[in-house]
Amino acid sequence: MRRTMPPNFPIPLHAPNRYSPPMTTPDPLTLNSWQVIAALDELPPGLVERTILLDTPLAMTRDRDGLPVVWRRTDEETGDEIDPETIFDRLPVTTGYGFVWTSLGTPPTDLFPIPEYAEPDRVNMSCGSIGIHVSAPRAVENFLDMGHFPYVHTDILGAEPHTEVKEYDVEVSEERDEVLATRCRFFQPRAALSATDGMEVEYVYRVPHPYCSVLYKSSPEAPERRDVIAIFLQPVSEERCRAHLLQSMIDSTSTITELRRFQQTIFGQDKPILENQYPKRLPLDPRSETPIRADKSAIAYRRWLSQKGVNYGVIPVAS
Amino acid sequence: MITLYDFELSGNCYKLRLLMSILRLRYDVIPVDFFPGRQHKSDWFLKLNPFGQLPVLKDDDLVLSDSGAILAYLAKKYDETGLWFPDDPAITAEILRWHAIADDITATASAARLALGFDYDFDVPKAQAGAHRIFRLMDEHLWFGEREGRDWLCRPAHPTTADIACFPYVMLSEEGGIGRQDYPALRRWCDRVRRIPGFTIMSGIFPAGRALEQA
Repeated sequence: MRRTMPPNFPIPLHAPNRYSPPMTTPDPLTLNSWQVIAALDELPPGLVERTILLDTPLAMTRDRDGLPVVWRRTDEETGDEIDPETIFDRLPVTTGYGFVWTSLGTPPTDLFPIPEYAEPDRVNMSCGSIGIHVSAPRAVENFLDMGHFPYVHTDILGAEPHTEVKEYDVEVSEERDEVLATRCRFFQPRAALSATDGMEVEYVYRVPHPYCSVLYKSSPEAPERRDVIAIFLQPVSEERCRAHLLQSMIDSTSTITELRRFQQTIFGQDKPILENQYPKRLPLDPRSETPIRADKSAIAYRRWLSQKGVNYGVIPVAS
Repeated sequence: MITLYDFELSGNCYKLRLLMSILRLRYDVIPVDFFPGRQHKSDWFLKLNPFGQLPVLKDDDLVLSDSGAILAYLAKKYDETGLWFPDDPAITAEILRWHAIADDITATASAARLALGFDYDFDVPKAQAGAHRIFRLMDEHLWFGEREGRDWLCRPAHPTTADIACFPYVMLSEEGGIGRQDYPALRRWCDRVRRIPGFTIMSGIFPAGRALEQA
C-alpha cells in the first residue's frame, strides 16, 4: 500500500514521535485467541526457553511425553533445567502444524483448520521463527501483497516486465470468519524450489486469524494440487513480532534443508522492507494510507480487523 | 572443484559468494541448515570444522574454514590480476588488519542481528554500541580517504578482500537495530562496493541504483 507520509516527514527512524505506541491492553479477541510462540521440535524437553507474547514474558518447556508446558515467566533463564511436574500455574496450550500455541485468556477448543497439513505425502516443516521489528498485522499485510514480487523477490517470485497484479476476488467468509482472496495470478520465474521454468501461478490467500495467513499456490510438481505456505505471527509487542514459517509442500526430491533455504531466502528479502514500514503499527483508518487496486485484500483485511475490534499492533480508527 | 558449505542468511558465507561472483568462479553449494536446524553443530559438520562455524569451503581435497582466511586463499589462488590480495607486505598487513576488524563487526553488528532476528541470547545494547564505535571509526577513515582520493578501505586504487570482508554485516546492520544515518562516508562506500562489476546480492542486501556518472 502507498504510504502517505506524515507532514513532518522525514523523521529520524528510531526517534520517539507521535506514532510511539501507547501501552495497549489487548482487546478481548486477541487475549482469548490462540497465539503461536514456538516450533514444537525446537523446544527442548526439560529445559527452559523464554519468549514474550503481547508484552508478557513467558517460559516454556516440554514434558516427558513431549507435550509443551507454558507459564508466565518470573526469573527463569533460557537453558535452566526444570521439572515440568513442578509447574502448576500453566497457561492453556495446544499444538498445531508443528507449532506451540498458547493464550493469555480463554481460547476456543480448536485452532483454525489447515486440512492439507494432514495429507500423507506432504513434506511439512517449520522454516524457522524469525524476529522482525514491525507489528504482526503489517507482516500479514505484506504476506498478502503481490505487487512487490518483481522488485523484492526479483527473478524468483517475479520479474520485470511482468509487474501487473491482475484483477482478483476478495471476500470475508461469514461461515469461517476469515478473509479469502482467490483467483490471484502472477507470473513467477521460479515459483518454488521444484519449479524448472517460469509459470503463471495461481494463489489463494486465507487470513483465518488476525495474525496468521495461509497461502495456497499451484505446485510445480503436481499442477492439480497446491503447496501450502503459512506465516504465523507472534505479537511480541505492538511493534515487534516473530514470524513462524510453515511449509507444507508437494516435493518428492528436495531435502528439508533445501526447502527451508528457499523460503528463508524469500523471507530474508522481505525483512528489511517490512522493518522500514512506517508507522510500525498498521493504520486501520481507510484515509491514512492510499490504496491501489492491487491492495484489495489489504483493504478487506484492515476492515476485518476493525470490525473485530483488534487493537493490538494497529492504529485503530479514531472514534 | 570448489564446494561452499553455505547458509543463505549468513553474511560470512555471503563474503565468499560475493568474491567468487566477482572472480567469476564456478562452485557447488551444499546448504547447511544453520537456523533453525543448527547443523553447524552436527557431527558431520564438526568433522569439517571442529569450531562449528560457517562457512567451510572445499577446493578438491583441501578443506578451509574462516571467511577471512578463505577470502585470502581464493584471491591468491584464483585472482590472476593479483589486485584483490596484493603481495606487497605493507598492503598485506593493511588487509589483514581490516579482516580482523571484519571479525569485530561480526562480533557486534552480526550479534545484534542474531539476537533480534534469530533469538540468540546476546546483550543487544552492548553489541549495538560496539558496532556504532566501529562504524564511527570506519566512517572517519573513509571520509578522510575520500579527501585523499582513496575510495576503499586499503591504500590501493581498487577494492581488496578487506572491502569484501567488512561489507556484509555493515549492510545488514539495520536488522540488528543499528542505523547508518550518521555515517555518510560509510554509506557511500557501501554503494561503491555494490557497484563493483560482478557484485551479487544476498537476502537483505539490495543492488545499488546506478551511479550518477553511469546514468
